[in-house]
Amino acid sequence: MKTVNGNKKSKLSDNKYIKDIVQNREVYILFIPVLIYYVIFKYLPMTGTIIAFKDYIPARGVLGSPWVGFKHFERFFTSPRAWLVIRNTFKIGVANMVFGFPVPIIIAVLFNELRNKYFKRTVQSVSYLPHFISLVVVCGMIRQFTSEDGFITAVIAMLGGQRQSLLNVPEYFLPIHVISGIWKEMGWNSIVYIAAISGINAELYEAARVDGASRIRQIWSVTLPGILPTIIVMLILRVGSIISVGYEKIILLYNPIIYDTSDVISTYVYRTGLQQFEYSFSTAIGLFNSVINFIFLFATNKLSRKISDTSLW
Amino acid sequence: MKMTTDEKVFGVINTVFMLFIIFITLYPFWYVIVASFSDNSAVLTNRGLMLLPKGFNFNSYAKVLKNHMIYTGYCNTIIILVCGTVLNLIMTALGAFVLSRKNLKLKKLLMIIVVVTMYFDGGIVPLYLVVKNLGLINTRWALMLPGLISTYNLVILRTAFEAVPASLEESAKIDGASALRILCWIIIPLSKPTLAVLILYYGVGYWNSWFSAMIYLKDRSLYPLQLVLREILISGSNTDMLSGADTEIQISETLKYAVIVVSTLPVLCIYPFLQRFFEKGIMVGAVKE
Repeated sequence: MKTVNGNKKSKLSDNKYIKDIVQNREVYILFIPVLIYYVIFKYLPMTGTIIAFKDYIPARGVLGSPWVGFKHFERFFTSPRAWLVIRNTFKIGVANMVFGFPVPIIIAVLFNELRNKYFKRTVQSVSYLPHFISLVVVCGMIRQFTSEDGFITAVIAMLGGQRQSLLNVPEYFLPIHVISGIWKEMGWNSIVYIAAISGINAELYEAARVDGASRIRQIWSVTLPGILPTIIVMLILRVGSIISVGYEKIILLYNPIIYDTSDVISTYVYRTGLQQFEYSFSTAIGLFNSVINFIFLFATNKLSRKISDTSLW
Repeated sequence: MKMTTDEKVFGVINTVFMLFIIFITLYPFWYVIVASFSDNSAVLTNRGLMLLPKGFNFNSYAKVLKNHMIYTGYCNTIIILVCGTVLNLIMTALGAFVLSRKNLKLKKLLMIIVVVTMYFDGGIVPLYLVVKNLGLINTRWALMLPGLISTYNLVILRTAFEAVPASLEESAKIDGASALRILCWIIIPLSKPTLAVLILYYGVGYWNSWFSAMIYLKDRSLYPLQLVLREILISGSNTDMLSGADTEIQISETLKYAVIVVSTLPVLCIYPFLQRFFEKGIMVGAVKE
């Protein structure tokens, strides 16, 4: 090849990247559809966020619409809604993490203590089950059970509560969101820890037993230290996404009566953007949301790298 | 090995706790089943837990099975699930293949282009506008194209592709096989377990998805099952399902339970067979870094 091109060396074919593309064109061609996908459905929306700084007019398009600077951000931050949704986002995110994070660890440890193999298998399989039920069905069930005639309402009433639809009581939204989340995902989220436990060297348990450690002592001194690295990684992941509270579940559960405790940034973005068609305003709030999410992820990662040498990137 | 009293007590408490977990996990489902076979008024007046159907009958099932929206929903979901998953796999495999090649100079750049999207995205409104401007509103494409590749899955598959020994490709290359041929005949057959996991991830995603259908579809005959369920279970606008307005409230309670059973039964039937794949899947995801 070199001898063929020998005397007329154009600058272009000298570039190592061009050479690489020509040489591997067969492979690069396969990437074209993938690249087109990423450009259209990932990068185009990303650049589309500039409408947060514009007054988007559909007829004039993203580029043709007039710039307005920080108008939409100002409007958001000066509205009482802003602090309400930010506060709710933090509340729901933190509550889900504080109560939801330890449960899978606890049940994974307890699964491990079951001596009967079949019973252990059965409990595990049963506990994974709710993970496979679609969110719409789970929320439908929650709505049925907590309605005025629902059985959960009846149980609460027996314990001295009032007989009313629980999803119309603002204070109940947070516990309903957290508890249903734990119910749905505790078994599933324990799989990672079960795998980590099964990776612990059996000799460690042997040694602990020889030293006369009870089973509870073995949990503290062998099992938990053994899965600590896994716990830390999962914790970083969780803390990093602590405030990216999803809108789907909340949209399926809330109603205007309890907006004060259930409306979060993402649901507000959805309502203003896709129900009231205030595209620019909604995009501005969404952008603000992604920025704090990213800062959180970045900060947790940096912190964990410093204190534990474990990081995501 | 002897057990001390303490250990026996611990064992008993643990077993009881496990039985409690089984109960709180399964009882809601049992309640749904029991209520769906019960008499409407019995469910409405029932206070507290219910262990067996009250006034056993199949009325609500007869109503559900007569309903055309449930059928339409099932059909639409299956169409989207099958077509969507096939497209997902093709695209993810192409991307993973190119990014798993060892000698590409632009690989790093392409990898950055792909991975950046895991941390930044435009949000729902800009994506909605793109879909709208492409003229995809009210088409099934709107449910498949925006999620054609999950970057997370792409990274998982790339790891699997990288694990295929290079020596196997070398001999094929010497025989003059094209890149596409190497992908289809050598790399994909050797990555079947990971592909199975991805089929599951994508498939479950389509099965559960309702939000994009809600914002992109207007035509009710295109609604996937989950969106039909949302109408019946959440918005309560099930007037379409009922003929007599005066019996509406009475019917809708047991009807809702029957709808839950009919729409969830297939998942529960397939679940035992797929469980092992799912568990494997979560581990595949865990080692991706």
